[in-house]
Amino acid sequence: MLTGDDFTALWLTLRLALITTLILLLIGTPLGWWLARTRSPARAVVDAIVTLPLILPPTVLGFYLLIALGPRGPIGKLMLAIGGQPLAFTFAGLVIGSIIYSLPFVVRPLQDAFSNIGRRPLEVAATLGASPADRFLTVALPLARPGYITATVLGFAHTLGEFGVVLMIGGNIPGATQVLSISIYDHVETLQYGRAHLLSGILLGISFLLLLSVYALNRHLRVVKA
Amino acid sequence: MCFAGYKLRLAIAAFILSGLQPLAAGEARIAVAANFAPALRAIADNFSASSGHDIVLSPGSTGKHYAQIINGAPFDAFFAADAARPMKLEQDGLAEGSYTYAIGRLVLWSPAQGLIDPEAKILAIASFRFLAIANPELAPYGKAAQETLTRLGLWEQMQPRLVRGENINQAFQFVASGNAELGFVAKSQLKNFRGMDAGSYWEVPAEFHAPIEQQAVLLSDSVIARAFMDYVKSAAGRDLISQYGYDLPMNAQAQTDADR
Repeated sequence: MLTGDDFTALWLTLRLALITTLILLLIGTPLGWWLARTRSPARAVVDAIVTLPLILPPTVLGFYLLIALGPRGPIGKLMLAIGGQPLAFTFAGLVIGSIIYSLPFVVRPLQDAFSNIGRRPLEVAATLGASPADRFLTVALPLARPGYITATVLGFAHTLGEFGVVLMIGGNIPGATQVLSISIYDHVETLQYGRAHLLSGILLGISFLLLLSVYALNRHLRVVKA
Repeated sequence: MCFAGYKLRLAIAAFILSGLQPLAAGEARIAVAANFAPALRAIADNFSASSGHDIVLSPGSTGKHYAQIINGAPFDAFFAADAARPMKLEQDGLAEGSYTYAIGRLVLWSPAQGLIDPEAKILAIASFRFLAIANPELAPYGKAAQETLTRLGLWEQMQPRLVRGENINQAFQFVASGNAELGFVAKSQLKNFRGMDAGSYWEVPAEFHAPIEQQAVLLSDSVIARAFMDYVKSAAGRDLISQYGYDLPMNAQAQTDADR
């Protein structure tokens, strides 16, 4: 059966995924919009940076983060300068790591959705007197809804499965940094296969349901639009 | 013409076969616990220089090596971080000849000069945010750290400050990167990666925890692996092990003295 520690890990993981996804949607909207519209030569560089977490081994991200978050690293120095504490081994540190780790999974679908709208609907709205903010909120956002659903679910699900980064910067603290994937790893390494099975099954089930919902919803939206 | 063609084919066949067959001077593949890899590398280099045989090392965690070996990984010998996994392999009939090659020593270390006092009172004062240890569930050095803190009566109150690395190398990394102010690490790591005068340390008395016995076993009938094992047990091998910051087991000492 699940123990208290397992429930703590499950709840922590869901909280991490939720907070990360919300922040990523806030960052991803202007970033995806800019990437979809800009003709700036800087676009190629930003595109490459946004995609990097997709191909870098999580251990590389985790290693750089461990150094950056430390008291001698840039983020750690900044935290100390504003009177805070370095962020390694804290929930906030994991949120920073997860934002970087899941960045492409949120920005890419949003960018694609904004690209697919094309210029025409927005130009039409402009000729009808809609302000830029109005055009974005009432034309672009609703048209990009399938992109938002995909971005939300992929960002959430990808953060649920995060392991390598957390292993490097987490320190395995129950209630603060011991997420589900780390618990499963510990159970497997200590030959507690029963508990590992249970937690793995839960993670598999949640992930499958999330992906199922995104495909079903997007299909439904397409049918409605057609 | 025909003869030339035959020679060419023979040459090609020889070329292909040369890649398949071991060279006259062979090699042995050894799985080694990450903490002992630098020491075994040094020993293997000496062994190769004198014997002409190659020793291929695969460093890793003892738990993962164990899982790989029971699933048929092609190692000729296994230098584990504990005594439990080699014993299990012997019970499974997959290994033989287990013996203790080194005894790990635990130190409390901080890169900050003067942070750790000679009696490690800092642990009771707890004037720090994070103390790094290896995960006691997974790593022998972590278990020893837990036993040490328990013996000092500090295990319970230290809980909120503990950060646990997956293995002793990660615990070392937490401290070396400055993210944890201090941590229980292997003496061999401190000696080889930083030097004993880097920062401050307290050498945990051996009686504070059960000895960290690191055992090795033979996994195949490889003659080279057997010869290498004998070399590790020799005076030259044991000198290197001790130089790298490990204690030597008493029985091996007695045995070698008897051999002399």
